[in-house]
Amino acid sequence: MIALRRPRMSRLAWHEARSGLLFLSPWIIGFLAFTLIPVIATLAFTFTNITLSQDVPLRFVGLDNYLALFRDPQVWESLLVTFKFAAISLPVAVILPFAVALLLNSRSLRGSALFRVLFFMPYVVPFVAGVLIWSQMLNSDTGWINGFLGLVGIQGPDWLNDAGWVYPGLVIIGVWGIGGGIIVNQAGLKGIPTELYDAARIDGAGWWGQLRHVTLPMMSPVIFYTLVLGVVEVLQYFLVPLVLNQGAGEPGGATRFYNLYLYKTFFAFQEMSYGATLAWLLFLITLAITGVLFWSARYWVYYAGESSSS
Amino acid sequence: MTVTAQRPIPALPLQKTRAVRRRSRRETRNSFLVTFFAVVLIAGFLSPLLRSFALSFQTPEQISQVGAPLWPASPRTFTYNGRDYPVYKVPINGVTREMALVKKGRTESQFVDPTNAGAGVVAWQGGWRTLEPALTFAPTFDNYTNVWSLLNYPRLLFNTAAIAVIGLIGTVVSCTLVAYGFARFRFPGRGFLFLILISTIFLPAAVTLVPTYTIFVKLGWVGTWLPLLVPTFFANAYDVFLLRQYLLTIPREMDEAAAIDGAGPLRTLISVIVPQAWPVIIAVAIFHLVYSWNDFFAPLIYLSTKPDLQTLAVGLATFSANRSAQEPGLIQAGTLMTLIVPVILFLMFQRVFMRGVVITGVEK
Repeated sequence: MIALRRPRMSRLAWHEARSGLLFLSPWIIGFLAFTLIPVIATLAFTFTNITLSQDVPLRFVGLDNYLALFRDPQVWESLLVTFKFAAISLPVAVILPFAVALLLNSRSLRGSALFRVLFFMPYVVPFVAGVLIWSQMLNSDTGWINGFLGLVGIQGPDWLNDAGWVYPGLVIIGVWGIGGGIIVNQAGLKGIPTELYDAARIDGAGWWGQLRHVTLPMMSPVIFYTLVLGVVEVLQYFLVPLVLNQGAGEPGGATRFYNLYLYKTFFAFQEMSYGATLAWLLFLITLAITGVLFWSARYWVYYAGESSSS
Repeated sequence: MTVTAQRPIPALPLQKTRAVRRRSRRETRNSFLVTFFAVVLIAGFLSPLLRSFALSFQTPEQISQVGAPLWPASPRTFTYNGRDYPVYKVPINGVTREMALVKKGRTESQFVDPTNAGAGVVAWQGGWRTLEPALTFAPTFDNYTNVWSLLNYPRLLFNTAAIAVIGLIGTVVSCTLVAYGFARFRFPGRGFLFLILISTIFLPAAVTLVPTYTIFVKLGWVGTWLPLLVPTFFANAYDVFLLRQYLLTIPREMDEAAAIDGAGPLRTLISVIVPQAWPVIIAVAIFHLVYSWNDFFAPLIYLSTKPDLQTLAVGLATFSANRSAQEPGLIQAGTLMTLIVPVILFLMFQRVFMRGVVITGVEK
């Protein structure tokens, strides 16, 4: 039907389309070579027994890799580690940039442009450098964090060597990465019409009332965005522990993250097929969780452009 | 300075009303409290940099001293009659003076005043062990000079910069072409292709990693810079998005004028679009430099067998893993030498940089 209604492309339109596709061709070729074909190949790998050295003949193994996955306790343990860490790090990754952006946007703050630059700056510090600097700060004897806690009479934990404290420790190491989130949140705050605040004040709303009834609903798309990106990121988390203890999983397996296991399967054991299977499981979990988030968005994310039916 | 409420300048009432004065005082107090809170927060947030900086100038002995101060400090000594003696803070007649301990005794020790050595030895009653040593500011630059050679710094710096700059050329050229294609040409499936482009941002890297790595191994590219450089010539979602958003804001009239003059699409891009798009092109360039400088995973997996081709980020991680934790000064010096380039780039281009983050982060 649609094809019938649409007239044949004119010569000019065809010319334009050809030029456009020509300009797109670097990305299209790159997308095929580095994204689409690898994704399909990854899926194909999962049904074979490819290893990097290929000691045994290549063959189709059906669902063997997937069955192995379900029987592999390390998969479930590392997923649990990842989810536990996500439960601690995600709230921080969403709330902290929002709170700092609120502070930077406060009318009472003097020199907010300078503060903005300073809060953003660590975002560009190479993450390896950040890890080495913060692990120094978290040192249980000589680190400033425990030194500060000592000043107020608290005996600080051995952050990175205590299974009970390593996740908060890793969250602290990650705190220099909030710069991007701050900027995004700040731009969102600037976009809230001031009339809404005026109206809320007339209705007798104080600071908290305005935050609760104006800022939070208006910021929900930004919060949603940082949450989705945060989920995608935290599910792939493993580089910090890899740098901290070469991926040994210390203390006591608490940092054996899922992606670390994937990485090791792949580079240390060179089991391509099993690594590919792990990667597909990660992809499916990411899709499932972001899918649930997108579904839930209709209940809590407010888009000003749409008419609200309630 | 207090900021009073805006008021008409000529008909100035002689006395501000009480309410206005009270409000302005409250605003001053609020702004003091909020700004003070922000100062405390940023001090804590950036204090690790200060800590790292201080450590980088300290020797292992200075760091491990009991009660070591935050700055690079060594116990002071004084040469008296050809020998070095430690200097202590000695309370004499209620005044604390810095004196060199010449002869130690359990209950009485003998000191010399370094400022007046000619006066000879002074006896002091009390246990010298209770005295605090006098410290002197003694920064060492050994950490930096040692890291320079131990980390193979010049070599890694060259590698990192070369990879960043070649990748920058690839990224800027390919992303500009692709963004131009998305921004200026109509063709069936454009919206769908753009959606695919954006969705690649959410694809976990692990899903493409296995075959990509395997193919790079088969091509013999592992152990060379090629896996890091070649993909940059095929555009990436973030930068194409950033460029496209900007190109959409450039009015089409000049394109059309150029077309009437007989310029082809490529000619129009080079002589009309690019000169107007410099701000965003610079933003993309800076983004790529910082991204490439800080990238850890790709050089780790593709260059792990070739330490001479490695980048600073991976070199630093390997270096710190191989050194024992007894040399924090050395590691912090290497850390600062790694982070200085992206931080300076950011401070120079912070406006462009942060506006780029807003566009990719908010408008998507």
